[in-house]
Amino acid sequence: MSPTTAPERSREPTADRTETKPVLEISDFSVVYGDEVKAVDHVSLSLAPGETVGLAGESGSGKSTLALGMCRLLRPPAVITSGSVIYRGSRVTPEGVDLMTQSSRDLRKLRWREISLVFQSAMNALNPVLRVRDQLGDVLDAHLKLSREERHDRLDYLLDIVGIPRDRLRSYPHELSGGMRQRVMIAMALAVDPEVVVMDEPTTALDVVVQREILAQIVELQSKLHFAVLFITHDLSLLLEIADRIAVMYAGKLVELGNSNAIHNQPAHPYTQGLLASFPSVHGARKELAGIPGTPPDLKALPPGCPFVPRCRFAIDACAGIDMGLRAVPGSEPNHVTACPFVTNESAKTNAGVAPAVAAAATSRRRA
Amino acid sequence: MSTRPQLEAIGTPPPATAGDAEVIPAAAARGPLVLEARALTKDFKLSEGLRRTVLSAVRGVSFGLYRSAVVALVGESGSGKSTVARMLAGQERPTAGQILLDGNDVQPYQHSQFRQYKGSVQMIFQDPFASLNSVHTVAYALRRPVILHQRAKNREEIHAELVRLCERVRLTPAEQFLAKYPHELSGGQRQRVAIARALAARPRVLLADEPVSMLDVSIRLEVLDLIDELRSQFELAVLYVTHDIASARYFADDTLVMYAGELVERGPSEDVTQQPAHPYTQLLVASAPDPDDLASELRPLTAGVRRAGSALSTTVGCRFAPRCPLAEDRCRAQSPPLLRVNAQRAAACWRLDVAAPDLLHQGFEEKEEAITT
Repeated sequence: MSPTTAPERSREPTADRTETKPVLEISDFSVVYGDEVKAVDHVSLSLAPGETVGLAGESGSGKSTLALGMCRLLRPPAVITSGSVIYRGSRVTPEGVDLMTQSSRDLRKLRWREISLVFQSAMNALNPVLRVRDQLGDVLDAHLKLSREERHDRLDYLLDIVGIPRDRLRSYPHELSGGMRQRVMIAMALAVDPEVVVMDEPTTALDVVVQREILAQIVELQSKLHFAVLFITHDLSLLLEIADRIAVMYAGKLVELGNSNAIHNQPAHPYTQGLLASFPSVHGARKELAGIPGTPPDLKALPPGCPFVPRCRFAIDACAGIDMGLRAVPGSEPNHVTACPFVTNESAKTNAGVAPAVAAAATSRRRA
Repeated sequence: MSTRPQLEAIGTPPPATAGDAEVIPAAAARGPLVLEARALTKDFKLSEGLRRTVLSAVRGVSFGLYRSAVVALVGESGSGKSTVARMLAGQERPTAGQILLDGNDVQPYQHSQFRQYKGSVQMIFQDPFASLNSVHTVAYALRRPVILHQRAKNREEIHAELVRLCERVRLTPAEQFLAKYPHELSGGQRQRVAIARALAARPRVLLADEPVSMLDVSIRLEVLDLIDELRSQFELAVLYVTHDIASARYFADDTLVMYAGELVERGPSEDVTQQPAHPYTQLLVASAPDPDDLASELRPLTAGVRRAGSALSTTVGCRFAPRCPLAEDRCRAQSPPLLRVNAQRAAACWRLDVAAPDLLHQGFEEKEEAITT
């Protein structure tokens, strides 16, 4: 959802947002597993205050590695090889802090308080031998100094905002349904008012109806509490609905970034186009579905240049030599960028995607 | 409404609903009936300490699988859709009900009939990481069904068949894939091996239990396309079990919707997804993300209605009633049977006149036409 089509959801119009400094700024971030697997390769991404940015990609695209890496939660053999992650919340100095240079003690203060995480599998993320009350209470105790009453009220409040009856504070995780566990995770992530919440596939394991309820809850809470969300999922159709901007990752690289409606109406990168054409929709007229041929990339043996070449319908020889830097999509909004250099003004405008552009490029090459 | 349409019950209420007797499935247009489930019921006995309870996972489910046609079974987790597939595969013994293969009553769970039945009915599973033995090669996984079901004897014959199978599921070059171990394959490739293994028995029915939900979005469509291609090539009757109603729309001739162990709606996929009749199907369709509706407000659809525990132990009334916005006293007292909506569709709801008034009138117009002509 773009801020322009949904004014009720964003606190400030887009213009203001671009002027305000991003609350989180990831620049040139790279993570390597061992020596050869570049899981995240020079990714830059920022989050404005209160904004929802969707990060789409399939398994192995590096989206979860990026999320864990920016919170410095990765363990060896993962090594962060480059980049900075500047956090500029209202509770830290205006120039911000670089998460990459913090001591582990300072980091502990920042996690949950400033940046919190919601994981996919709440059953694994919650401690099975602790009651909901104790798990939520731990977060409060670690970051806030509350009196007994305040603590008690805060716990009740947290369950209220995620729509769980208060008597569930006494429950153990196994006594809750999957949807409820996920709500507890969300309550925990919001326990001490963070300004950035990273959600890593928070609803993937849930049924569609429950998924819908939880997404609605997240959107509602966000409009109330004004935190920024980095929403990670493989489900692009879901992101189109809830995110302000969408970033698409493939093989550790960012291949496209833009407002949700731009991604929907003028997808520029062939991979994004492929993704959009490959999920069936229950709504609207039947469309022609076309999958993406080939298999997901092997990160140990990536081709030179664009990693999508083996599966790309429009691949030409020149693709092996391109620089995967992001460039503006001609004819689209100024913040819509893609790594594919063969998108022309005409192709983007006519919404025909990259096809004619590459065809033209191929002919011109042949002529040359 | 003065001319309140009369609802016509199909058969008697569960667990003895006759399914196909009155509704003509779209799948029937493709070919003759191959496998039929009649009032399949499965109870699981649970013991919680000293308390014994019965969980009725499936209640009175009836439908048919037709040659060259795909029937989708849609429902959320715990709705009993996989249990139905497992009963049809002979892995679970039904508590009540019949399974008919070519019109003959069979007991596939019985040892004496199991292998012969498996020669006709094969299943593929959700998780290709778990369904293949990780210490054996692809060739090993495929060799056993080839020997058992095709009675292939000599080495060359078997090998030629293995190569053919790999090529059929587009694992080429076949020689290379046959020598590989599951961990050397991607998820999509593993699922192809599982499909090849099912094909090795030369079945007429393929039961696919969530065949693509563990796979990446970009390769799901390819695997579904492959199954569809094999369906037409080998005239397979396919049961496609899924939680994703959108994929059922594109992939299946008929869609059956299950809720809490019961069929709540059935009909041609396009009709069921575009004009759902049962309130649960309506909720399911409305919950699916709509990428074209960029201005949607994402309001919770079941405002105020929380899931009232498990419906699987309730025996009285409609199992969806605790979540249903239209529920009235009758719904809580009496379980609705599948009621005919039109010639091809049925839904188990007492309040169809409110839930889907347009549909009902269409159905009646059709009927009147049929009477006048």
